Amino acid sequence: MEIIFQILIDGLVIGAFYSLVALGYTMVYGIIKLLNFAHGDLYMMGAFIGFTFLSIFTGDGGVNTGLLGVGIVFIGTMVIVGLLGMGVERIAYRPLLLAPRLSILITAIGVSLSLEYTSMIGWGASYKVYPIILPNDGLQILGTQITFAQIGMILLSALLMLGLRLFIDKTIYGKAMRAIALDQTACSLMGVNVHQIIALTFFIGASLAAGAGIMSGIYYGTINFMMGFIIGLKAFTAAVLGGIGNITGAMLGGLVLGVIEAFGTFYFGGSWKDVLAFGILILFLVFKPTGILGAKEMERM
Amino acid sequence: MKKYKNQTLLLLIIALFILPFFLNSYWLDVLTLVLFYVVLTQGLNIVVGYTGLLDLGYAAFFAVGAYTTAILMTTFHWSFWLTLPVAFLFAVIAGVIIGTPTLRLRSDYLAIVTLGFGEIVKILATNLEITGSASGIYGIPRPAIGSYIMSTQKDFYYLILIVAILSIIAVYRLGRSRIGRAWIYIREDEDAAEAMGINRIRLKLLSYASGAVIGSIAGSIFAVKMSAIAPLSFSFLQSVMILLAVVLGGLGSIPGVVIGAVLVIVLPELLRGADDWRHLIFGVSLVAMMIFRPQGIWPSKNGTEDATDMDENGKSNDPNQSMSV
Amino acid sequence: MSLLTVKDLKLQFGGLLAVNDLSFTVEKNSISSIIGPNGAGKTSVFNMITGFYRPTGGEIELDGISLINKKPSQITKLGMARTFQNLRLFPNLSVLDNVKSGMHCRTKQAVWGALFQTKSQQEEERLIEKVALDCIEFVGITKNMKRSAKNLPYGAQRYLEIARALATKPKLLLLDEPAAGLNFEEKQYLIQLIRRIRDEFSITVLMIEHDMALIKEISEHITVIDYGWKIAEGTPEEVLKNEKVIEAYLGKEEVV
Ligand SMILES: Nc1ncnc2c1ncn2[C@@H]1O[C@H](COP(=O)(O)OP(=O)(O)O)[C@@H](O)[C@H]1O
Ligand SMILES: [Mg+2]
Repeated sequence: MEIIFQILIDGLVIGAFYSLVALGYTMVYGIIKLLNFAHGDLYMMGAFIGFTFLSIFTGDGGVNTGLLGVGIVFIGTMVIVGLLGMGVERIAYRPLLLAPRLSILITAIGVSLSLEYTSMIGWGASYKVYPIILPNDGLQILGTQITFAQIGMILLSALLMLGLRLFIDKTIYGKAMRAIALDQTACSLMGVNVHQIIALTFFIGASLAAGAGIMSGIYYGTINFMMGFIIGLKAFTAAVLGGIGNITGAMLGGLVLGVIEAFGTFYFGGSWKDVLAFGILILFLVFKPTGILGAKEMERM
Repeated sequence: MKKYKNQTLLLLIIALFILPFFLNSYWLDVLTLVLFYVVLTQGLNIVVGYTGLLDLGYAAFFAVGAYTTAILMTTFHWSFWLTLPVAFLFAVIAGVIIGTPTLRLRSDYLAIVTLGFGEIVKILATNLEITGSASGIYGIPRPAIGSYIMSTQKDFYYLILIVAILSIIAVYRLGRSRIGRAWIYIREDEDAAEAMGINRIRLKLLSYASGAVIGSIAGSIFAVKMSAIAPLSFSFLQSVMILLAVVLGGLGSIPGVVIGAVLVIVLPELLRGADDWRHLIFGVSLVAMMIFRPQGIWPSKNGTEDATDMDENGKSNDPNQSMSV
Repeated sequence: MSLLTVKDLKLQFGGLLAVNDLSFTVEKNSISSIIGPNGAGKTSVFNMITGFYRPTGGEIELDGISLINKKPSQITKLGMARTFQNLRLFPNLSVLDNVKSGMHCRTKQAVWGALFQTKSQQEEERLIEKVALDCIEFVGITKNMKRSAKNLPYGAQRYLEIARALATKPKLLLLDEPAAGLNFEEKQYLIQLIRRIRDEFSITVLMIEHDMALIKEISEHITVIDYGWKIAEGTPEEVLKNEKVIEAYLGKEEVV
């Protein structure tokens, strides 16, 4: 029983990362029907830029940055990576909005490679140790040790997602996003600045991914320039699981996938957990491409 | 015009046959690798170039060929040549396994599912005992022709050269046949193709299987040439590099794709010292290519003779193109 | 004798009933039309007949063979061809290659023949080319043969789509608004073309059209639908006098 609860908590923490990254996938997909393959690499960029900031703050390998310092690093990184996301959209995707899907997909792969190897050249190919060590204390719940760090991660993710939900439901920008997702042409005819809203979507998606990147750096302790590849796939799986284009679905999908994976790892061993995730992805795409919460898609002749 | 084209081709082939006598072993190796890429890109060209299906896990078929040959030759002591039909069969099966559930998917989903399958194949190779886990399979014997054991660099160069030429002929002929045209119709507009009586599912499967077979042949030869294989050679990056060569050269264009293969292999050799930069350069060139010249370096003309046919494949601006019912 | 029988056809999109209990028949060797205001469900009917949409209910038979649950490609092979309301050509391919697509379902060479350039393969290729050339000539765009479809003038693109459909050697040809976007002369040419298709090849034609003059001139039988319901049918004279039909069209004009 305890062990199951422990696995559940681990799964939720990982799932929260997946959710945050999946949100960017799903938002961009919802609005311009583009699978941003490079999205996972924005998460990686977040982890590295956060790493650099933290290293500057703490001097060499110091430990006590303080909560305020960490907060500033989070926000700074999220803004920078958000801008990076906007830049990617502006340079690579916008010129191709009308091109066939194949072209855009290939472009996205190019962007992904570019980000990965920029990072490799800038920070090196080896694993970097994150300059923050988490305290190990926590609470005993149901006989399981849950660290404050884990609770913090889950809370922070929840906060970010809640903020996003409110932003989309309550603000004029959120409304514009939903409108563009429905009918882009009509929106531009009605005077909505479509490009601006798309850019904003990329900004938000990228900064959420960046936030997840820093958190995972802190949580796992090490980062690497290829870390975005697998999580990109996982987040995509999460987005599909929840119904791609659906914000709540992405949050839910991430958590579900995180938990499934945690149990999978426990029962089958770590080397098979990716097979499990990809298996789920394939099964869903083939049998229920609209996911758990996705609306039925209608296509016309 | 046509006559000169044939003569140039003939000269080129003769040059390729006598080249080994003028190259040092380093460049001979590079050239051999180029030829492997020529075979692989021709295979992928069927799938992506002709049929328009983005396959991000093509290295999986390369792996199927390599591991089939390696396992049969080491564990079961088969002759190399006998492993080829088995690899062929497995490639078809792998193509169909990957294809059947996925070919109804929209193009971007298909891309990611093939990526997932590619990763699954790599994970299997890394974890299964029969594939030698992470360290792979080594001590793969040399193939023999009669009593002659192929072992020198030149032997393998000529083997892959012949296979490359054969695969180019095969892909060329397929592209100009009823089947090849059907693939291209599907790429251009799959609903319209279906309306013209083309069973898209069956033809997509055939496209997958054909691409898979060519990839697996390259894999089989790769195994005996290297005499050792490991999962690392069959990673996502490998799939991307093959794709890059196809895209750079020109989707669906046979000479283009050959040029692409040469570029992807030779360029990094010329940029020695800038090793770290090579993937970055490739990434940026993929993006730049799609934006500025989506049709590739040597685009396919699809048999058209327009006076002003500047924008090709890439930008047909037909919003219906990627739709399906 | 009827070539196509549609019975109680129904199509639902979520909450929207696009086609409702629609029944009609198309006589062999006739030129018939479906008319109705925009959004009436005409294209949806074509999509169901050709297998692109799965009907929610009802029966469709071509020459006595049920088309329900058949793939579009199978239906084409059974002798049905179509054009699309918004042209769906193979944009980057030549006119010739576009039309060759029609012969796919009438030929059978596979990988083997292509790889080894067998004799039967070469014969078949010659046949494909000949049929394609004939169809291109029939619609009168021979001089554009090697141009890519997307670079043709609009009218020629419409004729090309018809040529491509003819190359499947259909019994029944469905034309979805073939005159849309054509000028007066092109329309006259189209009228001749449709007549010749029926007279020279004995192909039955069923079309969707908005141009009443054109329909009056060549159509022998008309089915009128509005909001998915059949509201009238008969000869052009009967139908165009029908009050419901006038109302459906006038009503629509009032809205505009
Ligand atoms: N794929 C689809 N998904 C949802 N609604 C559709 C689809 N295709 C057609 N419709 C709806 O069905 C109705 C009939 O459309 P259509 O058959 O195209 O009309 P027509 O060809 O007579 O103008 C319209 O209200 C249209 O919006
Ligand atoms: Mg219509």
